[in-house]
Amino acid sequence: MTAVAAHDHHDDHHHAPHGLKRWLFSTNHKDIGTLYLWFSFAMFMVGGLMALVIRAELMYPGMQVVDPEFFNQMTTVHGLIMVFGAVMPATVGLANWMIPLMIGAPDMALPRMNNWSFWILPFAFTILIGSVLMSAFAEGNPSAPNFGWTFYAPLSTTYGPASTDLFILSVHMMGISSIMGAINVIVTVLNMRAPGMTLMKMPLFVWTWLITAFLLVAVMPVLAGAVTMMLTDRHFGTSFFDAAGGGDPVLFQHIFWFFGHPEVYIMILPSFGIVSAIIPTFARKPLFGYASMVYATASIALLSFVVWAHHMFTVGMPLAGMLFFMYMTMLISVPTGVKVFNWVATMWRGSITFELPMKWALAFVILFTCGGLSGLMLAITPADFQYHDTYFVVAHFHYVLVSGAIFSIFAAAYYWLPKWSGVMPNTFLGELHFWNSLLSVNLLFFPMHFVGLAGMPRRYADYALQFADYNWWISIGAFWFGISQLIFVAVCVLCAMKKGEKAPASPWEGAEGLEWTVPSPAPFHTFDTPPVVK
Amino acid sequence: MAEKMTKYYVPDSSPWPLSASIGLFLIAIGGANFIQQSTEFGQNTLRNTGTWGQYPLILGALWLIAVLFFWWRDTIRESVNGLHSDQLGGSYRQGMIWFIFSEVMFFGALFGALFYTRWLIIPWLGGEGSNAMTHEILWPDFQAIWPLTTAPDGRTTQVMGAWGLPAINTAILIVSSITLTIAHHALVAGERGKLILFQGLTIVLGLIFLSLQALEYVHAYDMGLTLDAGMYGSLFFFLTGFHGIHVTLGTIMLIVMFFRILKGHFSKENHFAYEATAWYWHFVDIVWLFLFVVVYWL
Repeated sequence: MTAVAAHDHHDDHHHAPHGLKRWLFSTNHKDIGTLYLWFSFAMFMVGGLMALVIRAELMYPGMQVVDPEFFNQMTTVHGLIMVFGAVMPATVGLANWMIPLMIGAPDMALPRMNNWSFWILPFAFTILIGSVLMSAFAEGNPSAPNFGWTFYAPLSTTYGPASTDLFILSVHMMGISSIMGAINVIVTVLNMRAPGMTLMKMPLFVWTWLITAFLLVAVMPVLAGAVTMMLTDRHFGTSFFDAAGGGDPVLFQHIFWFFGHPEVYIMILPSFGIVSAIIPTFARKPLFGYASMVYATASIALLSFVVWAHHMFTVGMPLAGMLFFMYMTMLISVPTGVKVFNWVATMWRGSITFELPMKWALAFVILFTCGGLSGLMLAITPADFQYHDTYFVVAHFHYVLVSGAIFSIFAAAYYWLPKWSGVMPNTFLGELHFWNSLLSVNLLFFPMHFVGLAGMPRRYADYALQFADYNWWISIGAFWFGISQLIFVAVCVLCAMKKGEKAPASPWEGAEGLEWTVPSPAPFHTFDTPPVVK
Repeated sequence: MAEKMTKYYVPDSSPWPLSASIGLFLIAIGGANFIQQSTEFGQNTLRNTGTWGQYPLILGALWLIAVLFFWWRDTIRESVNGLHSDQLGGSYRQGMIWFIFSEVMFFGALFGALFYTRWLIIPWLGGEGSNAMTHEILWPDFQAIWPLTTAPDGRTTQVMGAWGLPAINTAILIVSSITLTIAHHALVAGERGKLILFQGLTIVLGLIFLSLQALEYVHAYDMGLTLDAGMYGSLFFFLTGFHGIHVTLGTIMLIVMFFRILKGHFSKENHFAYEATAWYWHFVDIVWLFLFVVVYWL
């Protein structure tokens, strides 16, 4: 560490480090962002393969491909990987790349901690995926976590397999990573803005991530508390989730969902920011109702702390509690409605073109709204008694997470890949990726509404015969969607190899923001001297 | 403003974050294996026969401590060499505030479990609301009282009173917060002797608190208040235990600050680490006050 010698100018920082060291020891927000994005993409593929195992088993009634124990492990680890390994790191990667560029900062506020936040993740997921590999290949097939991604007690305490302890400690690691990453985002946004970049001038992506980061710092410690209680219930005789000792398994659900509901907004709020960046660009109009977007995001975040028990309507709660959580949940549709209205109003009488990012963003607006509306149906307590734990719920949260969060992440990738790589993403492959994904995702998830309303329960390896036709189509949609993502691999690899049309600094007509004022690809260091924002 | 911004210090690439992750990895796999070989286990699973967990656990812990030492050594050198601007100091301070906020939320979850138990679980087990049959069929002899001296399955325990050691400990922590504040003011005023004296005093008070807490735990186990004595014991040891871990960490931080004071690291303007330690200590103090009221007293 020779760099600690005092020097006022730091020209010697300007050459980029090379080789493996560049990635392992990085303190550069762009490199760390790239690491996050590739990691999340890899996890998306791994979690996707698990989803295909599930769909292969469910293609026909009866047992064909895996035994029910392994099926349970697949549903569990698929959920955990997609939530903690794919969606969250992808949005953190976008935050790393874009927030310093958007607010005119030289880097993230705490660059070394930034690298730590990333490098915890591969180790945490090595543990989690390792337990699946053990289950598949090791002698005696010791079970991977098999209690669903929500790891309800007593499935995860009294009845949890040995790997539950590894799972608990890997969740602790993911929590440490998320909290440090979130603190970094908050401090960067609040302390590193260029002169003149007032809070209400920040791009909406920065705003939504600031609020997301607040949610992360607030709820990841609660998750840590829940898994710690699990660990001591399993091994040290505490009674938190055991009624015989004066505890309650429902207490686990309360603590888990106090984390879990803000968690779903952690996954969707950055998407709101992405779409709010893309739609004005391709409608060539400023975002309609900027301030109301900021307030709507903040309202959604605050409401997310008082809606958690809508996941638990059938567990046995006092009527007043159920009514409270029903009305609070329905209130969320107001700020969400404001957002959808503003996106549509932004496009109203705009001169719209339909480049790839815009296509994904529009698909997001429509399909996310579908998912939002089915969420409103689920919020109605008496109706939820019918829908609870059916495929209707699966359809709902896959509409908001796949055609919502993940579609917006694709939109972001197509929008900012020119800035990251310096070349335009291949349009032909991009169109192929978009249309195949759009059609297949609906074939995959839309019929789930019907089988769910008809009473097909989720998380089972088999089903009654009357659901057979729909499930066959759902599985066809799943394999179609899965294969379509390979096209995106090709798009990304081509960009990484710099194969393609060279991108100018601002490749999209109508795009505004500081990130388009630096060359494409963005140089290793940007905004060493902060720009002045008018 | 612009002049300061150009000097924001972005460190060179560093091996410590990746190394620290390796430490966490070793702790996680070692910890899981170690816990399994030394304790009871869930119902339908085989008892783990592995015997290697303690090695990665200890190696990982030592490794992590060493890595953090080198990491912070780099940071301190940068600070002493004047590379840290006021703006970077702001980043550190804000970061520490949000870290403490995350700790507040962690304790919030534990306190939440306490209130949920007292206000909902215990009355429901006693048959309140729509739970008359739960009470009748499962544990008809169960009495819904708090503190829960008899668990539904009949395990009994004793209650830890508030006005013995806990009250003394409350006084000790409050006094330690005052001595720490005096030390902090002495640092800002440049009165080195006073700073060292009151910093040392704060450390001694922290150590006395921890010793008394250990004594209280011995006493608790003697009178049958144990971790596996039902929900009262679970909550008692979780809340006081995690608080105790935080006091231990805080005391270690205070001791490190003591040696850094002796080495002359801090100046009137530049003493973020000291400030952060002080905030942390006050936070731990406030948690104790809540804890004293709702765990011991009421």
